[in-house]
Amino acid sequence: MEFLVSASTPMKSSRWLTAHALAVFAFLYLPIAILILYSFNGQGVGGFPPRNLTLNWYRILFNDAPIWDSVLNSLIVAAAAMVIALLFGIPAALALDRAQFPGKALFRRLVLLPLILPGIITGLSLLMLFRVAEVRLSLLTIVLGHGTALISVATTEVFAGLQKLNRAQEEASLDLGANYWQTFWRITVPNLKLSIIGAALLIFTLSMDEIAVSFFLIGRDNTLPLEIWGRLRRGITPEINAISTIIFMFSLIAIVFWYRLRTRAQVTPEIGAELVETSQTDSQLSS
Amino acid sequence: MFSRAYRTTITVPPLLWVAVFLLVPYLLMFCYSFWSVSDSGTIMHSWNLDNYKELLAKPVYWQTLLRSMWIAARVMFFSMLLGYPLAYFLSFHAGGRKDLYYQLVIIPLWVSYLVRAYAWKTILGTDGVLNTLLQYVHLTSHPLDFLLYSPFAVVLTLTHIYTPFTFLPIYASLEHIPRNLVEASHDLGATPAQTFWRVIFPLSIPGVLAGATFAFVLSLGDFLAPLLLGGPSGIMISNIVVSLFGAAYNWPLGAAISLCMLALVLALLFFSERLEKKWSFS
Amino acid sequence: MMATTIQSDTVSLLSIRSVAKHFGKNIVLRDISLEIAEGEFLTILGESGSGKTTLLRILAGFEQSTSGEVWMQGERLDTQPPYRRRVNTVFQHYALFPHMTVEQNVGYGLAIAKRPAAEIESRVAEALAKVKMSAYAKSKPPKISGGQQQRIALARALVNRPRLLLLDEPLSALDANLRRQMQVELKALQREVGITFIFVTHDQEEAMVMSDRIALLRSGELEQVASPREIYNRPATSYTAQFIGHTNLLHADIRHGMATCGALRWPTSLPDGKALFSLRPECIRPATAAPAANDAMVRFQARLRDQAFHGATDLLRVESDGGLILTIRTASRDLPDRLLEFEFSAGDAIPVRATSLGSNSTSEDRA
Repeated sequence: MEFLVSASTPMKSSRWLTAHALAVFAFLYLPIAILILYSFNGQGVGGFPPRNLTLNWYRILFNDAPIWDSVLNSLIVAAAAMVIALLFGIPAALALDRAQFPGKALFRRLVLLPLILPGIITGLSLLMLFRVAEVRLSLLTIVLGHGTALISVATTEVFAGLQKLNRAQEEASLDLGANYWQTFWRITVPNLKLSIIGAALLIFTLSMDEIAVSFFLIGRDNTLPLEIWGRLRRGITPEINAISTIIFMFSLIAIVFWYRLRTRAQVTPEIGAELVETSQTDSQLSS
Repeated sequence: MFSRAYRTTITVPPLLWVAVFLLVPYLLMFCYSFWSVSDSGTIMHSWNLDNYKELLAKPVYWQTLLRSMWIAARVMFFSMLLGYPLAYFLSFHAGGRKDLYYQLVIIPLWVSYLVRAYAWKTILGTDGVLNTLLQYVHLTSHPLDFLLYSPFAVVLTLTHIYTPFTFLPIYASLEHIPRNLVEASHDLGATPAQTFWRVIFPLSIPGVLAGATFAFVLSLGDFLAPLLLGGPSGIMISNIVVSLFGAAYNWPLGAAISLCMLALVLALLFFSERLEKKWSFS
Repeated sequence: MMATTIQSDTVSLLSIRSVAKHFGKNIVLRDISLEIAEGEFLTILGESGSGKTTLLRILAGFEQSTSGEVWMQGERLDTQPPYRRRVNTVFQHYALFPHMTVEQNVGYGLAIAKRPAAEIESRVAEALAKVKMSAYAKSKPPKISGGQQQRIALARALVNRPRLLLLDEPLSALDANLRRQMQVELKALQREVGITFIFVTHDQEEAMVMSDRIALLRSGELEQVASPREIYNRPATSYTAQFIGHTNLLHADIRHGMATCGALRWPTSLPDGKALFSLRPECIRPATAAPAANDAMVRFQARLRDQAFHGATDLLRVESDGGLILTIRTASRDLPDRLLEFEFSAGDAIPVRATSLGSNSTSEDRA
């Protein structure tokens, strides 16, 4: 807003705002920076200044079989949860967009609820279900839990994509002789490609990181967050900093990947933004 | 425009899944809260209100709930204090670097919850980074022990985690304000400060409500940060639930507390949604 | 630069002095100077991208000029922030505050100025009555139609009794009928309140209907500033001639007081050489049976190429000997398809300076 330059007070408030923004960024990034820094610290987790920079913790980490088992478990869980969430979340978004059925309002609320509810409620209610159904807790129960909770993510992202999709495209396809199935695969899905990829990335990352639901549904095999959690309770070592740093790097790669995808496609949806916007209230879905 | 078969295909599978894995579990939680547990540890399926009576009778439950709400309220307040001006700065003063800054706010969201809570633990501990730093520069001679294992640590950590969540809906609502409204306000004689309070802020209220509810509800139900950083004085309501489902082995009582929490959260969501509707104009 | 002086018997309210605006390397306005009289209805007319909205935004205070000054009654205006200027704006898309009622919108400027509540109430009521919107005082803007929002935006600006009202294509979002009705109302309202209006539009017809003067802007420069009649009848440049109304441009050779363009020859007072003339389609008519009354009447023969029925008039395209194509507007009638004779008065061929038209429009578009 160029005209603000002309007045003196806005300049002052703008400077104040800049300082505030810098402070918030420092607050957001300082812990992450410290975490990474101390993964190279020879003297353990605490202690200022960091001394004897070393890659030792990474070496220990790479020889730590339980960690890598849990990483593998988490990858399997995340992939399976992603499939479930997309398999049911995409039709759910379509249904909310273009079908009328009794109980639609309740359905909408139920689907989105895990997004805003504290994980403990989702985790406990599923625990009771599995207890009553006499399903033994295992990675499978975690997959079902993550898949169910993250349907909400697929639904919100894809629904946002559907709102931007020009319905006339599908009508044109039907008009030109394609049936619904062909229209879905040739027109609807390509138009939603970015939303679906975004949702998939987000679901995968959220599942990799999920702990509150897993906490209650865990069987004998640990996921990575639960493995880390177990170690934290025993005491802290920079090995955890090292694995956290590696996770952070992978998250960054995912972000960059997504960002490049998005800028190439020149579309605006911001990964996760719809999520937070619509998760609170589903006013967007109710219109 | 869509055929019946098409609509059935997209509707029935998610409907069934949601019924089995969301609706039934919530109903089960409701049922459990009216059951009881025998001394031998089996669930007695006899319906009664004993669990709710116990919740009212023992102050520890509602005191912990109040403390959790107080912690959640502080997290909400500080997230707002950090998130709102940041969103305002990005939306109105960041110019061409808006997108970059936006990404910078988003990135911490991708960093594991656990990792961030853990990072604060290593910073705030007795031998942690902060204490050793303070002693290194001779600001203090002894480690400050109130930093870790306190409600302060929980509030700080949860604020760190939920500030980006609070930021996002506020930023979105600010971005949706047509810029000509701001110009119209200036044109009609309002200074930037008057314009902020009379035009920009009222129009951003839906975002503020969404962000605030988000921070409050998610903090309220948290049990990992208190376990990791809270210490005895930082115990929250979910920690009690966890112990009831674990060591104490009283699922029905745990279910009753969870149900109260669920009711509280749903009531909050309901009111915040009503308020948001009232304050959205499009 | 065109002459921008105004008649000495009017008082200048606003003085724009050599204003220029650059956005990076992009020059949007260059060296604009213009005097605007008290009580005047001035229209800034131009194609999209001509810089007209930028000029208006500089006057309102939303943009800073790169160089130049703006003065209003002896006070420097362009250094003041928008909220200290006694200038109000009617925005293109109205910019009504969605969270306030119509009443609160209209009273906003007065409330900011801390006028007493009773005064605000009566002035708001009066302003709403003036734009015939009293019935909607308690409504919220998103609930009412575009035309009604337009009236409220107008009331919201006028209620502050600004020295100068800026209107940024305020009618562009309205449908054609409502638009014509609002043009008349707006003009009448301006006469009634006596406030100086600067009105921005890309619609030359709108400009002609409403304005005391038109400032035609082209690629960031003033092409011509004159009253609607003058700008139509005596366009200074070929751009003006084509942009305002519809015209035939004749590239003529002049020798010994006679201009020649194809088969057309007419007397002129211009010196020998090449010159460009504008000849309006309605100035050419089918020749009468009688011979030309005097030398100043130019006659020529042409073959009818096509004829478009426009109700009261027809628009003809004819080709004269030598291939010159002319557009002619005549009273509606059937014409035989053969060689016809036409005539025009030499005085209607107006010499104009050659300036090219913007790439996205041709004279053909404006038939």
